[in-house]
Amino acid sequence: MAVDEKVNTPLLDELEKGPWPSFVKEIKKAQSVGPMATDLLGQLELSYEDKIGHWKHGGIVGVLGYGGGVIGRYSDVPDKFPHVAHFHTLRVNMPSGWFYSTEALRTLCDIWDRHGSGLTNMHGSTGDIIFLGTRTEELEPCFAELTQAGFDLGGSGSCVRTPSACVGPARCEWACYDTLKMCYEITMAYQDELHRPPFPYKFKFKFSGCPNDCVASIARADLSVIGTWKDEIQQDDEAVRQYAAEGLDIQRDVVERCPTRCMSWDGEKLTIENRECVRCMHCINVMPKALSPGKERGATLLIGAKAPIVQGALLSSVLIPFVPEDELLETIKELTDRVWDFWDEYGMNRERVGELIQRVGMANFLDAIGLDPTPEMITAPRDNPYIFFREEEGEEEESEA
Amino acid sequence: MAEKPKRITDIGPPHYQKFLPPIIKENYGKWKYHERLGPGVMVHVSEAGAKCYTVRCGSPRLLSTKTIRFLAELADKYCGGYLRFTSRNNVEFLMDSPDNIEALKKDLADAGFPVGGTNNAISNIVHTQGWVHCHSSATDASGIVKCVMDALYERFTHEDLPAKLRIALACCLNMCGAVHCSDIAILGVHRRPPRILHESLRKVCEIPTLIASCPTGAIRPKTIDGQQTVEVVEEQCMYCGNCYTVCPAMPLNDPENDGLSIWVGGKVSNARSEPKFSKLAIPYLPNNPPRWPEVVQAVTKIVEVYAANARKYERMGEWIERIGWPRFFELTGIEFTRYHIDDFKHAGLTYHRSAHIRM
Repeated sequence: MAVDEKVNTPLLDELEKGPWPSFVKEIKKAQSVGPMATDLLGQLELSYEDKIGHWKHGGIVGVLGYGGGVIGRYSDVPDKFPHVAHFHTLRVNMPSGWFYSTEALRTLCDIWDRHGSGLTNMHGSTGDIIFLGTRTEELEPCFAELTQAGFDLGGSGSCVRTPSACVGPARCEWACYDTLKMCYEITMAYQDELHRPPFPYKFKFKFSGCPNDCVASIARADLSVIGTWKDEIQQDDEAVRQYAAEGLDIQRDVVERCPTRCMSWDGEKLTIENRECVRCMHCINVMPKALSPGKERGATLLIGAKAPIVQGALLSSVLIPFVPEDELLETIKELTDRVWDFWDEYGMNRERVGELIQRVGMANFLDAIGLDPTPEMITAPRDNPYIFFREEEGEEEESEA
Repeated sequence: MAEKPKRITDIGPPHYQKFLPPIIKENYGKWKYHERLGPGVMVHVSEAGAKCYTVRCGSPRLLSTKTIRFLAELADKYCGGYLRFTSRNNVEFLMDSPDNIEALKKDLADAGFPVGGTNNAISNIVHTQGWVHCHSSATDASGIVKCVMDALYERFTHEDLPAKLRIALACCLNMCGAVHCSDIAILGVHRRPPRILHESLRKVCEIPTLIASCPTGAIRPKTIDGQQTVEVVEEQCMYCGNCYTVCPAMPLNDPENDGLSIWVGGKVSNARSEPKFSKLAIPYLPNNPPRWPEVVQAVTKIVEVYAANARKYERMGEWIERIGWPRFFELTGIEFTRYHIDDFKHAGLTYHRSAHIRM
């Protein structure tokens, strides 16, 4: 393919300087794949001059039978940069934990070199492999090759977004359940909801193996699954002494950093009052050779996180304090079905589950999904006396809102 | 004519087990502990005594297929043909022996990939698309990330901060990423109400949906020349851009007024203190490509003040909570303004409701 590489980009060239790897160099490397990268450089240089993006609003494109997975994008200066007149993105569902064989990576590269710009994000914010920039007529052939190779598209729009998971038991001793398996099983269970948007807005699952929450599930997932344990922290006293001998100030850096002050150190032995431990992970993080999560492992389920749009950002809050690992998959599915039933019925356009809960109140939400209230769900009981008492309190009859 | 292959759909991602290297597969779920071996290098040890050595390097996230092929070559050379990416766009090479660590590090260094991002270092910045691919961005993303990481490079390749430090960038309030719970968040902001393109609005937007989209009720129906359209009560607009998302005829992008804001003290981890949102530090910095010196300077300053003052294991937000916000503004030299005082839904919760004041 003939490539015009003579694009003048003095502003972008400034971003080839400096020690951190340069995305401008990456775009330039993709010029050998086809002419899209060259026109992308040209249009991006124009944005750097004008201080404004040059992509038009949206555009509904996709592959046959799917309502998501492709982000339509058109240039607003197609006459100047005809090769990025269309610059659609495909979201390709990544494997759990972002592990790849080099063979799979090369297959993905081959497919994308044939059908797109040769530019990717490894990975997008939600976790997908992002194929960045192609034409409408390339979408279907690209999708065909992807599925032949065993890959499928991820989610976009008002659907189940591509679930993601931390590295989990693949390479972490703190994984309190199999995050990779759970992520895979949930992704497979909800293929229809992932590819064909059925909801008021997006719904995200994120699976973190421990309270360190390496996939930010508490900040970003409508259903946050965070690994935890029920019994006592596993403790190797000899290894604790070893850390002390190597210079760790256990009193200052472990005991006094504990949020519930549930431990004490006498210079020989670390004593943990496990009943008081909130499973924050600090002591385990500091002494991974000496301490580890207990043996009775599972997860806390939390609901409702989101970024600011529309009614403000929310963190997820506790729904079920502890689900044992062997009950986790079924519990998540059952709970999800009940949450979706209620959200389908009462959610407004572009209202995330967390915002719906804010609007109707957690107590009403719990009624709707059939969960009993527990004190773990709140930081404190209400401090205002405006209680909506029910007339039929104590009787079988339900009060209809 | 050859028969067309059957169309395949709904197969989901490939099963992850296909992509696990032998050292991972054999010790799956059996890891006992790990140790740091230096910035970007760690070893995980299994119950059976097997060891998995990890070398982590930063990447610009926006990768050409050429670079992916290069990374694959390294994984073939040193890691038996497997690699992984992290949740913050780093690349991890996994090995069952330490023999090749130095050779791999050298190959990465020669190719310009920094090794680091572990423990008490700044990890890679998670970020959005910006002018490379987004229609609603108030700024570029990759460019600012590049400039900030150039300035903080040594903080990625060294583990010498009081605790880990997570920076994220989103190019508008949609925040495609966990920007709102980062130690430092760089957020693109619009500062003027949307322009209303009345002509196209009639053709491309559903007016009731558009009116309902506004979280402050600032959009009202209006008739102009007998045609239905909308008006914006400008003093009620907080430039969230939700109207633009549902209606292309309400663009907010504005080269003169768009810019960056800086937020600090958020975290997602439960370690020690509970997860928390990032709070506003600087309401507005100008959009100044190609090197965004104002943003780079502001972020660098906050990092340096934090590094010099926080105690060991204190994340940015934990440090600020200990010393108090007045001291944070004093130490960083950042001006405190009316914009720092919340006036949205839960505003009252951030008013200081006590007489606990450091004089």
